[in-house]
Amino acid sequence: MKNNIGHEIDQKLLDRMNFGLYGRDKDPRTAEKGKVHDSKMVASIEEAIKRSGLRDGMTISFHHHFRDGDQVLNQVMEVIAKLGIKNLKLAPSSLTAVHAPLVEHIKNGVVTSIESSGCRGTLADEISHGLMDTPVVFRSHGGRASAIADGRLHIDVAFLGATVSDEYGNASGTCLDESVENAAECGSLGYAKVDAQYADKVVIITNNIVAYPNAAGGIPGNQVDYVVKVDSIGDPAKISAGATRFTKNPRDLMIAEKAAQVIINSGYFKDGMSLQTGTGGASLAVTRFLTDAMLEQGVKARFALGGITGQMVKLHEMGLIDTLLDVQDFDVEAASSLRRNPNHHEIDGNTYASPFDRTAAINQLDVVILSALEIDTSFNVNVLVGSDGIIRGAIGGHPDTAAGAALTVIVSPLIRGRIPCVVDKVSTLCTDGALCDVLVTDAGVAVNPRRPEVAEALTKAGIRVTPIEQLKADAEAVVGKPDDLPFGEKVVALVTAPDGTVIDVVREICDND
Amino acid sequence: MHMKQRLRRTMMFIPGNNPGMMRDAHIYGSDSLMFDLEDSVSMPEKDAARMLVYNALKTIDYGTTEIVVRINPLDTPYGKADIEAMVCAGAHVLRMPKTETAQDVRDCEAYIAEMEKKHGIPVGTTLMMAAIEGALGVINAYDIATASDRLIGIALGAEDFCANMKCQRTTTGAELQLARQTLVLAARAAGIDALDTVYSDVNNEEQLVYEATLVRDLGFDGKSVINPRQIGPVHKVFAPAAKDIEKARRIVAALKEAEARGSGVISLNGKMIDKPVVIRAQRVLELARVSGIISEED
Repeated sequence: MKNNIGHEIDQKLLDRMNFGLYGRDKDPRTAEKGKVHDSKMVASIEEAIKRSGLRDGMTISFHHHFRDGDQVLNQVMEVIAKLGIKNLKLAPSSLTAVHAPLVEHIKNGVVTSIESSGCRGTLADEISHGLMDTPVVFRSHGGRASAIADGRLHIDVAFLGATVSDEYGNASGTCLDESVENAAECGSLGYAKVDAQYADKVVIITNNIVAYPNAAGGIPGNQVDYVVKVDSIGDPAKISAGATRFTKNPRDLMIAEKAAQVIINSGYFKDGMSLQTGTGGASLAVTRFLTDAMLEQGVKARFALGGITGQMVKLHEMGLIDTLLDVQDFDVEAASSLRRNPNHHEIDGNTYASPFDRTAAINQLDVVILSALEIDTSFNVNVLVGSDGIIRGAIGGHPDTAAGAALTVIVSPLIRGRIPCVVDKVSTLCTDGALCDVLVTDAGVAVNPRRPEVAEALTKAGIRVTPIEQLKADAEAVVGKPDDLPFGEKVVALVTAPDGTVIDVVREICDND
Repeated sequence: MHMKQRLRRTMMFIPGNNPGMMRDAHIYGSDSLMFDLEDSVSMPEKDAARMLVYNALKTIDYGTTEIVVRINPLDTPYGKADIEAMVCAGAHVLRMPKTETAQDVRDCEAYIAEMEKKHGIPVGTTLMMAAIEGALGVINAYDIATASDRLIGIALGAEDFCANMKCQRTTTGAELQLARQTLVLAARAAGIDALDTVYSDVNNEEQLVYEATLVRDLGFDGKSVINPRQIGPVHKVFAPAAKDIEKARRIVAALKEAEARGSGVISLNGKMIDKPVVIRAQRVLELARVSGIISEED
């Protein structure tokens, strides 16, 4: 037997080794030489949905890298509703206040269950009042990424917004093509990378098609099935909004300065350290107050992780942070740094925070600074449900990083409005108090009794450490003890720990008449 | 009894109708807090603000922070009610606005004393300070500063002063030069504190530091602030320099040595040290201590 170039190859050998013969058994998928291949472009969101095979009962996903500026989810859901598809599970990386139109889709049976990191605004309000029959499942970022990777959360179709893409689905949150005007840069597509990797079908939605190759990183085209060009995907001005604002609030700044002092004197502030700052004005502002001490003491950080901010970028560009490991960007400065700075790296949700992967970046983390809506005297933290019993936040990477970091610092005002933030028992448990080491408030610093060596280091440095019970008493002395919230029986949400086990439930809130 | 003499580097203004700010205004570390019932409260809110400040002072523990309340002038329908409520609330100091003459101080003091008697509070408990906010007040500064034993200090109110003087606020402070120097002179002659006016652009730290440095050099004890973010920079200006602290330490050590010897004559490096030098040195160490530069044991 000869192949078509005339070399002798024994058919019996081919049969035994289970190979075909070149020329005769050509794989029909093989691209033809010299031919310009069909792109993955489809004409509309509707066509992409139809081609993806989406049907009743499936699971769809989105990412929240555009935060309050996101326009992708609402556009896609409108078309899905118009096509009459029902009973979907919606599994975005998170939901923000702009996703209020989902309320109608839920009422009309288009969406019947939700898995997300968080939820805000009208939708959250409705969910808290019992909108859905199936409880919402809240997962941390690391928890979601690992659930997708091992199939506990199977995604049928992922609709992923991108700042730019080429026709073949090489899609990114940054734009290297200078001819593109008004690129809505969100920076890292870290959470979306997991969806692209594991979803059965992947649709990229962008308003900018650039020439091949879009080599800006993000999602590789070989994970993408369809590309749709739309008029607009998001408002870049709103990427830095809400939870990730740059604060001027003196209370936030004071807490941030204290938190910086705590870190500097904690024993973890040394050359080669690593750090992460979570969302919230005070948390993000901590970086500003670390700069002087880093310069004075010759401390450089090996890496900064997680949601990257303009402040982190500034330290990186000053040479004070070697590497930025970026799963999402909190402002436009950080987003643009991703394309500008060679040691600013985009990482996916599993590389960031998989609870089952010992190489995940969180496990290399020395210090994390995290916010809290409520913290109790056992250091348990609630970041999800407000003092009115209504869902108004996101678990995000809170329990992931608290578990991974050597030192977890929680920052919170002692009182918000008339509501004490240090309480006997949090209404909703999101992060186990055993993982939270220090609480920094505007009225004092408390250290978890599990970490006596940290308390000792702080005291030695002249930082007054107050028992957390005392802080709770101080708060109650000013605003009193709030009444218990009027929760009903119906469970509206499950709060899961990073490993996927249920750590708490959220119950329906009943309005007081 | 509240201390008449104490550190007053910063006095932070809190509008008397803002419970969110009143709740824990002391945590930012200003030496004094001044709850305002006067200019920052509109006419229809005067009674509500008085009630609010009264209840705040009765409820909230402001720790060691000095509590000042700026009352409405006695010749308004609110002045007397303000005094009665704040005397009962236990305000440390009542700040009289727009003080023009020594008689203004005496009138106010008389009514404070009347209210203290009425409510069974030892007469003299409530201290006073006078804000000077016009040309006449500056001319009468010494008389004002010596009009009552209750006075802890006099303060300059620059905005009203400039309106009265028909001049503009400038970045150099030239328009306030005479008023500032007159006030500090009167305060020193009377043995009370001199406190400078506010700087109202909270985002301009550079100019705030310029003004604070200027008044520190003139001899002022402190400056009024309107935002917690202004406290740190002003305290930094008033913190003594390392070489001054070192010198003060040697002087105070010499004093202790003289006391140990039972001698009234203090000498350092063979030179005799006068009492005023010792007092200045003690003040420098006190400032260094509260500024966190030296520890409590020093």
